[in-house]
Amino acid sequence: MKILVCVKQVPDTEEIKVDPVTGSLIREGVPAILNPLDACALEAAVQFKETYGGNVTVISMGPPQAEQALRQCISVGADDAVLITDRAFKDADTLATSYALSMTAKQLAGFDVIFCGKHTLDGETGQVGPQIAEHLNYNQVTSAMDVKLDSGSLLVLRELEEGRQTVAASLPCVITVTKTNYTPRYPSMKSKMAANRKEIKILSASQIEGLDMDRIGMSGSRTKVTKSFVPQAGQAGMIICEETAEQSGRKLAKLLVDAKII
Amino acid sequence: MSMILNQDQKDLVALAKEFMEKEVKPHIYELDEKGEFPLELYKKGFELGFHSMDMEEKYGGVGLDYNTISFVLEELAKVDAGFAVSLTLNGLAFSCIAEYGSEEQKKSVSERMAPGGFMTFALTEADSGSNAGALRCSYTRDGDDYIINGPKTFITNGKYGDIHVVFATANPEAGVRGISAFIVEKERAGIQIGKEENKMGLRLSNTCDLFFDNVRVPAANLIGKEGLGFKLAMSALDKGRIFCAAMATGIAQGAFEDCIEYSKLRKPFGAPIATHQAVQFILADMAIQIEAARTVTHNAAFLAQSGAKYSKEAAIAKTFASDMAMNVTTDAVQIFGGYGYSREYPVEKRMRDAKIFQIFEGTNQIQRQIIANAILR
Ligand SMILES: Cc1cc2nc3c(=O)[nH]c(=O)nc-3n(C[C@H](O)[C@H](O)[C@H](O)COP(=O)(O)OP(=O)(O)OC[C@H]3O[C@@H](n4cnc5c(N)ncnc54)[C@H](O)[C@@H]3O)c2cc1C
Ligand SMILES: Cc1cc2nc3c(=O)[nH]c(=O)nc-3n(C[C@H](O)[C@H](O)[C@H](O)COP(=O)(O)OP(=O)(O)OC[C@H]3O[C@@H](n4cnc5c(N)ncnc54)[C@H](O)[C@@H]3O)c2cc1C
Repeated sequence: MKILVCVKQVPDTEEIKVDPVTGSLIREGVPAILNPLDACALEAAVQFKETYGGNVTVISMGPPQAEQALRQCISVGADDAVLITDRAFKDADTLATSYALSMTAKQLAGFDVIFCGKHTLDGETGQVGPQIAEHLNYNQVTSAMDVKLDSGSLLVLRELEEGRQTVAASLPCVITVTKTNYTPRYPSMKSKMAANRKEIKILSASQIEGLDMDRIGMSGSRTKVTKSFVPQAGQAGMIICEETAEQSGRKLAKLLVDAKII
Repeated sequence: MSMILNQDQKDLVALAKEFMEKEVKPHIYELDEKGEFPLELYKKGFELGFHSMDMEEKYGGVGLDYNTISFVLEELAKVDAGFAVSLTLNGLAFSCIAEYGSEEQKKSVSERMAPGGFMTFALTEADSGSNAGALRCSYTRDGDDYIINGPKTFITNGKYGDIHVVFATANPEAGVRGISAFIVEKERAGIQIGKEENKMGLRLSNTCDLFFDNVRVPAANLIGKEGLGFKLAMSALDKGRIFCAAMATGIAQGAFEDCIEYSKLRKPFGAPIATHQAVQFILADMAIQIEAARTVTHNAAFLAQSGAKYSKEAAIAKTFASDMAMNVTTDAVQIFGGYGYSREYPVEKRMRDAKIFQIFEGTNQIQRQIIANAILR
């Protein structure tokens, strides 16, 4: 089984602040972390490899520092890592991102399963995984919480808002992973150090065969951000729960009257 | 920390921190209260390799140098010193075998210990602590075996030990020259686990009496040769003292960080207590002492790593760091005021944990004796 995991390095939103004047995110000094759901996707991939055999490659598109996120992946079970990094990729939207990732996947060739996180901590669109599937003409299953191989095809348990669903999908397939069953493991001290010695393959745009430069980065992006702002936080509501429904009704009516709403 | 760490060291410290804060810290209050040994948490720690940091890689250990181990131990002890001590005892016991044992012994012991488990270093007896050379636990040769007989006291990991390194004498009259060291696997018939200590601190660790009742081991379990036991113990303890110093530094560092946070929040007269110079000076003194302790510790580690003589420096580090930790944790209680004295807050626990570092692996009086002997020689 040849497995690919797409991972993104994101700012730790627990530490992030918004510039009150410009409304944009203050990224300086914010620690970069492996997108939490990508850590789950990797765990899913590594468990899959451990059960059915194979090899796990991790890939990220991002700045040179994204190498840290890839080393982290190596320390918890990925076999190889590829970083695609180039100024030309800068300011990509999800379409340009998924295009670049899928072209690289084509070049690396032969992946049976591609795991992605369900969404990122920062962009949070959840689009990149499904788009990769479209670019590569793979099947796709989103929101996976458990993945098994059953006589040559995948059995995936999905977590949906209204319940759970098991679907079968034939290979090759893109799977986006939610947290539930895949708590990332700790690296061991040894694997942590081994990951520091591992060579990470670095590809620039020109090293990706057949890459259409008009479809990557800013020029390949079909969406443009015109403004970003922090929505005003709504006030917390109030729960009225008196001893009887009638008392609750009376209290509600009084509050509404007092507020001159009725 | 104002020391330059390489990438591996930074990563291992970060890993230790993450593990301790996520896995151990949430349970500490309860475990400390009950004095419980959290075996499952230790097993998780084994998976990361905290029990085999100084075991060479070719024997399945992590194979870290003394400085790196010291950084990691500081981080472990910052959250819980008892947890750290239990894991380091493996290193203390294994180092006897690593240094003086046969290739066979190194292989068989490491094969068993590398995946996870506990070792003990059984030297102390009820009437021979500081004067370890006066131990009475005896051994006799019987054909191809040795038979070990006698009690041991205050043995860390005693109840959970998979492999004991036991010090016994062929003839108490012969003094230290009569002492030999043996590998005793827990399956050997006649090992009795005695009373568990109800301790002031280090309550996540297990300390108990062991009794060796005619325990028979093959002659191949003798470490090195007969009469080498005392030398071997002292050499292991030299190394152990560096790690004690690192753990004591960790306890103090933890207390110090608690104090910085608390002193900025607590406002008994409207202003945070951190704005009072009297409090600031306590904090500054803590910083001075911790920094100094860390430096002497790493100097001793560096000497040991480079193969230089380091007994005196290890004794200096152990004494300085443990006295320092006692001072800093006592002051930490002071900074927290009444809340510091309350069990609800973690500071008093650090004070209880710090105390033992002035006592075990050679009391600080004995350390001063070692230092003085080295100076006056
Ligand atoms: C409308 C819009 C405009 C944007 N404009 C800009 C812009 O001008 N400049 C800018 O810097 N960013 C911009 N972004 C952000 C950019 O789109 C995202 O950084 C990127 O495309 C990934 O999208 P996401 O974070 O929503 O990922 P999601 O779709 O939520 O991610 C799903 C999964 O896809 C995989 N994945 C996502 N990104 C990567 C990656 N880089 N490498 C490997 N795997 C990945 C991961 O497995 C991840 O869990 C914009 C986003 C949007 C929605
Ligand atoms: C929690 C814990 C864990 C332990 N773990 C282990 C273990 O794993 N293995 C092991 O073998 N032992 C272990 N010990 C034992 C420990 O090493 C001894 O307690 C220590 O060496 C002191 O010995 P003692 O208790 O007999 O004190 P004593 O030797 O009776 O000393 C009493 C006091 O007299 C002082 N003193 C003694 N002799 C002199 C002297 N010549 N000059 C000046 N002052 C002197 C001492 O400094 C001390 O203050 C442990 C102890 C504890 C409490």
